[in-house]
Amino acid sequence: MAAVEKQPVTVSGAGPLNGVMSGLLTWIDQRFPLVETWRSHLSEYYAPKNFNFWYYFGSLALFVLVLQFVTGIFLTMNYKPDAAQAFASVEYIMREVPWGWWIRYMHSTGASFFFICVYLHMFRGLLYGSYRRPRELLWIVGVLIFLCLMAEAFFGYLLPWGQMSYWGAQVIVNLFDAIPFVGPKLAIWIRGDYVVSDATLNRFFAFHVIAVPLVLLALVGAHLLALHEVGSNNPDGVEIKNAKDPKTGLPLDGIPFHPYYTVKDSFGVVVFLIIFSIVVFFAPEMGGYFLEANNFIAADPLKTPLHIAPVWYFTPYYSILRATTEQFVLWVLTPGVVGFAALIVWSVKNSNVRIAVGVAAVVLLAGFFTLDAKVWGVVLMGISVMIFFFLPWLDRSPVKSIRYKGPLTKAAIALFVVAFFILGYLGTQAVTSGRTFAAQIGTAVYFLFFFLMPWWSRMDKCKPEPHRVTGK
Amino acid sequence: MRVLVLLLALAAPLPLAAEESVRLDAAPIDPRDVASLQAGARTFVNYCLNCHSAGMMRYHKLLEIGLTEQQIKDNLLFTADKVGELMNIAMTRKDAKDWLGTVPPDLSVIARARGADWLYTYLRSFYRDRESATGWNNMVYERVAMPHVLWMLSGQQVQVERKFKNMEQAEAIGRQQKNAWKIDVLTPEQAGKDGERFILKTIRTDTSGSLSQLEYDLVVRDLVNFMTWMSEPNQLERKQSGYVVLLALLVLLVLAYVLYKEFWKDVH
Repeated sequence: MAAVEKQPVTVSGAGPLNGVMSGLLTWIDQRFPLVETWRSHLSEYYAPKNFNFWYYFGSLALFVLVLQFVTGIFLTMNYKPDAAQAFASVEYIMREVPWGWWIRYMHSTGASFFFICVYLHMFRGLLYGSYRRPRELLWIVGVLIFLCLMAEAFFGYLLPWGQMSYWGAQVIVNLFDAIPFVGPKLAIWIRGDYVVSDATLNRFFAFHVIAVPLVLLALVGAHLLALHEVGSNNPDGVEIKNAKDPKTGLPLDGIPFHPYYTVKDSFGVVVFLIIFSIVVFFAPEMGGYFLEANNFIAADPLKTPLHIAPVWYFTPYYSILRATTEQFVLWVLTPGVVGFAALIVWSVKNSNVRIAVGVAAVVLLAGFFTLDAKVWGVVLMGISVMIFFFLPWLDRSPVKSIRYKGPLTKAAIALFVVAFFILGYLGTQAVTSGRTFAAQIGTAVYFLFFFLMPWWSRMDKCKPEPHRVTGK
Repeated sequence: MRVLVLLLALAAPLPLAAEESVRLDAAPIDPRDVASLQAGARTFVNYCLNCHSAGMMRYHKLLEIGLTEQQIKDNLLFTADKVGELMNIAMTRKDAKDWLGTVPPDLSVIARARGADWLYTYLRSFYRDRESATGWNNMVYERVAMPHVLWMLSGQQVQVERKFKNMEQAEAIGRQQKNAWKIDVLTPEQAGKDGERFILKTIRTDTSGSLSQLEYDLVVRDLVNFMTWMSEPNQLERKQSGYVVLLALLVLLVLAYVLYKEFWKDVH
């Protein structure tokens, strides 16, 4: 009934098969929201016209996701998730499967490029306040995608079954060991054994090729739906919905995503592919950062490598974990919690909040003096990732975009970026007392950036936002 | 348990004095040099492929370095019957542990784990050591389990220690060496009265082998070249196809850019 009332679809132009095509599309459209979907998500989804360089990384991340799915499917055809065969099966792919080396290098390079794209995509959000109202949920779904991606990368890294795969997984699973009371049982439950073994490899394979990808795909779908509901932010941080053409009702500063951004993003994809191919074909190991030398030695449960480091995209958090020593808990975390509690009590007048903060601080302080520093290292590492969820409520600035924020914000973001890079670098290096000290400073800066954001973002001297986007 | 202790002892020797690692020599290898790869394959099969396997490498792949099937069969096929087989060895892992105390690692991808420079320096850094079980030690890999298999070619080397009062002097002499060298630094207490804290360790040939040092270096060069090629036999194909792919992408880049600019003409 409703189906019959729909307008027939006509394919314009002078193609010889246009009549057939129109008939086919009409038939589909009367049974499926084809035209409606196409319009609402592409040809009539209005995006701000002033996207700059930073706005390429969302579509690029989506592109890498597809690349990882496709290369991953082909790898699965020849990979053997078996402790006795895994390492050799990867070399079998590298040597004997036609173009297997190409597929494998695309997948291993793709993992690193996925994180590059996602980190730049998140940094874009930080620059232009893309997580602010009404995009909080969009941002939260994005952080969930980031968490999923970390899980996906972690599970996948065990599969080549090299020394770094093995001992990296051993170290990370052992982190759960630190959880009071249930930790040791939990670690065994995750591994399925007392050490990382064939059982662990098999379940990590299951997580890597089906469980996590399914969740990832669903979250990416939700991320796009949420984006198209609230509309894209832009480098000026002003809503294009606020200035509409009175006649057509369309945003004056918006352009249809298709064809404008489909052609622009296609150009971005080609630039990406050139950089990506240079790595894949000429430097697939990327100096040991994408493929580590030690991972070309098959996993050996009896030989612990002298230096265990995760792949570069995990090293900032790994640094935070290693920086949390007993001394750090005593001299930084303890005064930090006391100071932060005092700051909240001083600036929030609500007495319930004050009581809650006081209780939380006392519990934490009691914990600092009873539990092992390793526990707090794991807690800090967890918080360092989870804190991104709270960004929409930590940022109290009257404006969204860094273009209209003041020097305080710019300095804070610059310090944060420096700390992130220093922590990342230190995470790849062996521990010395000097490096641990540097990592402790980096850790302090990392957390101060987030925890003090409600105060510094409000104190900053911002410029007024424009009413319309400013073009370039 | 004994094996574990032994392995740990091999992996992490506790240095008594602060010890600098050896400066590695750059391996003068070229994966396009087919003659060198073939010579390296011969050395590998004759000297290495008895204790070490290369279990991810097929004899068949040697066709790609210019050998014919007949040449492989006649000259290189000691551990298998058919060229389609993998380069495995007869010794089992259990036997290896009983006989040698440790399992010699598979060498298929060892060049990617260690690096060509490391292998090149390592194979030229063995010296006689009465205290070790095999009678051999190595400058690069202290207390290595492997004896010097190529000693008939290289002759026998011994380690020479010279003491210096400052680092610069020791380094200057070290740099003149043709082989590996390193400097151990003692604490002032360890050094004693004379204050010579810097011990330069070098090796010199004691009894010469069937080859001169130059000839031996070339044999090692070919061997390391082969092992590096073997660690990724498709590396030349990878780079060659890389140029084609980049060329195609550059064409696509121009088209994508023109299309983008054409559509965006009317956006102001």
